Amino acid sequence: MKFVGVTSCPTGIAHTYMAAESLEQAAKAAGHEMVVETQGAAGSQPIDPAVIAAADGVVFAHDLPVQNAARFAGKPTIDVSVKKAISDGPGLIAQAVAAVEEWKANPSAAVGAAHPAAAGGGLTTKVTEGVGTGTKIRQWLMTGVSYMIPFVAAGGILIAIGFMLATAAMGGNGPIEIVKYGLTAEGNYNIAQHFNPVSLTSWAALAFVMGGAAFGFLVPILSGFIAFAIADRPGLVPGIVGGSIAATMGAGYLGGLATGFIGGFAALWVSRWKVHKYVRGVMPVVVIPLVSSIITLGVFIVVLGRPIKWLSDELTKGLNGMTGASVALLGLVLGAMMGFDLGGPVNKVAYFFGTAGLATAGTAADSTPLKIMAAVMAAGMVAPLAMALTTVVRPNLYTEAERENGKAAWLLGLSFISEGAIPFAAADPWRIITASVIGSGVTGALSMVFGATSRAPHGGIWVLPLLGSWWWWLVSVAVGMVVMAVIVIALKTVDQAKHGSVERAVESATV
Amino acid sequence: MSLITEPQVVLDLAAPDRHAATRILAETLVGTGRCTDLETFLADVRAREEQMATGLPGGIGIPHARSAAITEPSLVFGRPATGIDWGAEDGPATLIFLIAAPDGGGEEHLKILAALARKLMRAEFRTSLMEAPDAAAVVDIVEKEVVNP
Repeated sequence: MKFVGVTSCPTGIAHTYMAAESLEQAAKAAGHEMVVETQGAAGSQPIDPAVIAAADGVVFAHDLPVQNAARFAGKPTIDVSVKKAISDGPGLIAQAVAAVEEWKANPSAAVGAAHPAAAGGGLTTKVTEGVGTGTKIRQWLMTGVSYMIPFVAAGGILIAIGFMLATAAMGGNGPIEIVKYGLTAEGNYNIAQHFNPVSLTSWAALAFVMGGAAFGFLVPILSGFIAFAIADRPGLVPGIVGGSIAATMGAGYLGGLATGFIGGFAALWVSRWKVHKYVRGVMPVVVIPLVSSIITLGVFIVVLGRPIKWLSDELTKGLNGMTGASVALLGLVLGAMMGFDLGGPVNKVAYFFGTAGLATAGTAADSTPLKIMAAVMAAGMVAPLAMALTTVVRPNLYTEAERENGKAAWLLGLSFISEGAIPFAAADPWRIITASVIGSGVTGALSMVFGATSRAPHGGIWVLPLLGSWWWWLVSVAVGMVVMAVIVIALKTVDQAKHGSVERAVESATV
Repeated sequence: MSLITEPQVVLDLAAPDRHAATRILAETLVGTGRCTDLETFLADVRAREEQMATGLPGGIGIPHARSAAITEPSLVFGRPATGIDWGAEDGPATLIFLIAAPDGGGEEHLKILAALARKLMRAEFRTSLMEAPDAAAVVDIVEKEVVNP
């Protein structure tokens, strides 16, 4: 896990730093990351807002009031005296870990608390104990998605580069020509046999083929790690093989979802059998993979595969056939979802829809799922960018710390990290989120209507060269950003007129 | 800049209580010209001590203050033969660090004290001080670990 903290003491020359050292050492020893801001006499270096945004939990070990505590709002927090941190660093870290776990188990109360926990060693899931069925299903899905994303990123970017080079090498015909290349294709189209280092077409084909190979894993990995989240390691075999069959049958990610869930529950069921102790030893390596695979693959191939393929085809046809108002509406809804909780569950559902679309679109040159991905990415950039803009246009609406956050929010926004707006949203939820939903929705709708496309699942401005109609995509981001900024400024100004300046309110609170 | 010099090391600190011990340690700062007014400084240390005793687990006492009577950031190291009660829950202190900072001193100075405070949390640093054979060794350890790491 990642933690941030603040230490302070009356004199500011000893305890502050000892407590910081104690916490950092204890965190390190327990395999976590911790960054401490020492609010002592030697000046305090504020923690980078991006680090705060990425933290799972907060530890305050202080004898003086924490300066600019609002920066840490909306995260599970342990609050103790400075001496406690010095005498029992490990105990405090353990407490903080427990607080984070508890917090995650109850995500409905948390804005943006659902950060992927970067645990050290071993495969991890996003599954927490003792939560409702709905939350569990979402956590299973998100585990699958989080393992799939790197494949989408590597594959998507390679394919996009392939198309880009192909267009450069062969002109408008490039994107049509390039899809004929492969590893087993006949004649010159076989890139393994006929790679020519001085031919741009060869490089284009190479990038395209590599990307396509990575894309081949999307559905198997999605399926395999959904099953993994449900049944732990025994779920991997039925999940991955099932996903591979779903992909081969053309059932797309819908098929992968089915094999993931069937595989997971089959493995879970078999692993709970009461068996003789002689058999118990071979359960994990032989019996569970074998029996759960027979169940999952059999059911999918014989019963579920074809109807799901039909459904998947209809869905793709439906999406590709969408025009005018329905395209705009889809973009509006997805955009609003991206802006609603800035990295929380609703945001992730919309993001899942975008990335799953990429898996369906595969290596096609142009299709609606690619437009959805572009719209989702554009919408996810709006909130941090708009907040950054407002801190520049109306600095007097914000505290010093918030203005600092604003500077970081530019970079976070441009990089498609919606969480950059969380410090603002946590301090003033309903105004920011109202504005964010509207602004992000506008951007989503515009991006869809303009027909911008993306086969990169992440990266924001940094993957701009890989986007289709990037100019219009930028326009849609900018329009949403301005819309949201105007609403934020309007709402905050009205509030300030009522309650007086933020600055003054905060100052009088800390004096 | 040196944080500690040999006269600021008291290896056989003999005192009945922490206030007497603090006085003995503080007197070395007068001797080295780092403290211009002993009573003012002691009052400042005492004021901090009364807010909350500075004894810490592991047999450590860190009396400290920022005081107008102090001319440069300084450390006095005391090693009593028998532990002195410093208000820690787990028993008397056997390593005493008197930390003195000038009032409103520059950032650079205070950074060295911050580095010292962090070092105090490291067991190997404390052990090496506990086992140091003489004053020169103590000065050497502090210089190496804190002032010029």
